[in-house]
Amino acid sequence: MTGRMTRPVLAACLTVLVLLALVPLLESNYLIDLFNEIMIYALFALSLNVIIGYSGNVSFGHAAYFAIGGYTMAILLTTYEWSLLPAFAASVAFSFVASGVVAYFCTRLTDIYFAMLTLAFSMLVWGVAFKWRSMTGGDDGFVGVDVPAFIAERVPFYYFSLVVIATAVAVLWVICHSAFGRALLAVRENPVRAGFVGINTRLMRWWAFVVAGTFAGIAGSLFAMVHRGMYTESAFWPESATVLIMTLLGGMYSFFGPAIGAASLFLLERLTNEYTEYWPLVLGTILLAILMFLPEGLAGLAQAVRRQILRGR
Amino acid sequence: MDSLIQFAQQDLGNPGLAALLSNPSFAFIQLMNSFSQAMNLFIIAAGLSLIFGVLRVINFAHGAFYMFGAYIVYSVAQEWTGNFWLGVAAAGLGLAVMAVVIERGLFQYIYDKEHLMQLLLTFAVVLILSDVAKIIWGTDQYSVSYPASMKGAVDLGVTFYPTYRLFLIVVGPAIAIGLWLFTERTRFGRLTRAATQDREMLSALGVNVPIIYTGVFILGSVLAGIGGGLAAPFNSPTPGMDATIIVDCFVIVIVGGLGSIWGSFIGAIIYGLVFNYGSVIVPNWQDVFPFLILLAVLLVRPWGLFGKPEGGNA
Repeated sequence: MTGRMTRPVLAACLTVLVLLALVPLLESNYLIDLFNEIMIYALFALSLNVIIGYSGNVSFGHAAYFAIGGYTMAILLTTYEWSLLPAFAASVAFSFVASGVVAYFCTRLTDIYFAMLTLAFSMLVWGVAFKWRSMTGGDDGFVGVDVPAFIAERVPFYYFSLVVIATAVAVLWVICHSAFGRALLAVRENPVRAGFVGINTRLMRWWAFVVAGTFAGIAGSLFAMVHRGMYTESAFWPESATVLIMTLLGGMYSFFGPAIGAASLFLLERLTNEYTEYWPLVLGTILLAILMFLPEGLAGLAQAVRRQILRGR
Repeated sequence: MDSLIQFAQQDLGNPGLAALLSNPSFAFIQLMNSFSQAMNLFIIAAGLSLIFGVLRVINFAHGAFYMFGAYIVYSVAQEWTGNFWLGVAAAGLGLAVMAVVIERGLFQYIYDKEHLMQLLLTFAVVLILSDVAKIIWGTDQYSVSYPASMKGAVDLGVTFYPTYRLFLIVVGPAIAIGLWLFTERTRFGRLTRAATQDREMLSALGVNVPIIYTGVFILGSVLAGIGGGLAAPFNSPTPGMDATIIVDCFVIVIVGGLGSIWGSFIGAIIYGLVFNYGSVIVPNWQDVFPFLILLAVLLVRPWGLFGKPEGGNA
């Protein structure tokens, strides 16, 4: 893992980017919305992986920051009629601050207690979204977000979303592959030794949490705009579990794994919904299968296959 | 006292608080409501806590077990036999069977895995069970009537109080004492505590540890089923009830201390008091208060009020 992308990875990234940019040419509203949502969830899952894959803590309340970003964006654009840039900036800033405060408390704990505390905070966010009816719309959801005119149409919004997400992913990549990202890996692998080497492990874990929360907020802001609304389900704990599954399915020990996991899971959900209403049943079964037979996710499977092929030669 | 009531009514502008202060029987009913809700939650939370204490698995599916308990009571008591107690017994029995299948079929393979894997495995069970419940019972909201012998209210001197809720207040401590006697005074209970302390050593001494694990899992799950069954008359069985109850149980067991029966007992009472008085004093925000308490406890004593300071089997 070096600070520079290897050529095949770079080529793959550019290819995906070009392909995504070509999606609107298919002139299918369904596909444009589908890919837009996939990208949003990919960013959401990638952000979670900064905590899980890089710092080694399991957050069970990551949906909170997605929801905070989304609700902030929705409320500022619609209720307060802010224009896009200030609203976006404020939404990112608020996700940053909120995750910063929560991270301050959560990083005091590790392991199962860390997971439980993140869950507790996310349920607090859910409780506020649910009960603060005058501001968030409560369980009816916040409906009718005013998306600025120049990106109100489907195609311009898609390109806006693509640019934001591509930039966000690039920034995340740089962060994860910087000295900071390496230090995080050291903390994940052996916190005690990392501490002896002079790494401030708690500060590192704080930053990992905040980076994750902020980027989840960006994903949430885009979600609020693409759906023209924000709903309490986005903050409820099963949503946190879903993004965790995406990350796990893709493989939490690789940078792009979670994005692949998010895309696969999302497509699978759409496909399943064509045939049956029992998507949770299918998802549960898939999850069982991954946990029992594929603990390193799709990325791990790909690596194992590649090793097999190399050995065979 | 009068000036206090006036202060609450006029200066704080809080009619709920004023009513609590000026009307003793209203305040008393809130107290009883807190206890009856707490005791129902305790039965469920105690099962969750018991399972964590021995198996070291936080079982997200516990809420689904509770939901199945409620549904089974509906089917057996309401639709089939008409006898509520038969329904509760069936709920316990049904959950025992489910527990054996799930523990032997799945959970036994993950005891030495990472916590993330365990959490997600139990979540997979949640997803599957919630849809299985939908397939069996659909998405309707069912109502279950109170048992015939407990339909009225009892005169407590201060005020009348529903018999069934009073029954819950009695049954909670009875179960707590039963569980305590079981873990402290029986051979199986001693082995359970030994398994919590050192699984390998116990196994080396010739004890069949997997059986103990299965037994504890059955006991905990049966508690969830019975808790769900007893809740059915006032908490109509409906999809989604599993996701809400599990969060309440988490609050209780973490506040009380994971693995401690009396911790869950006290945690449940705190939850009941905060929820019921909270809903009077600050209406609509009662759902948020338990989380604030949970946060406070996690920050000061992450291992809970009655728990022991250790980080699980990390």
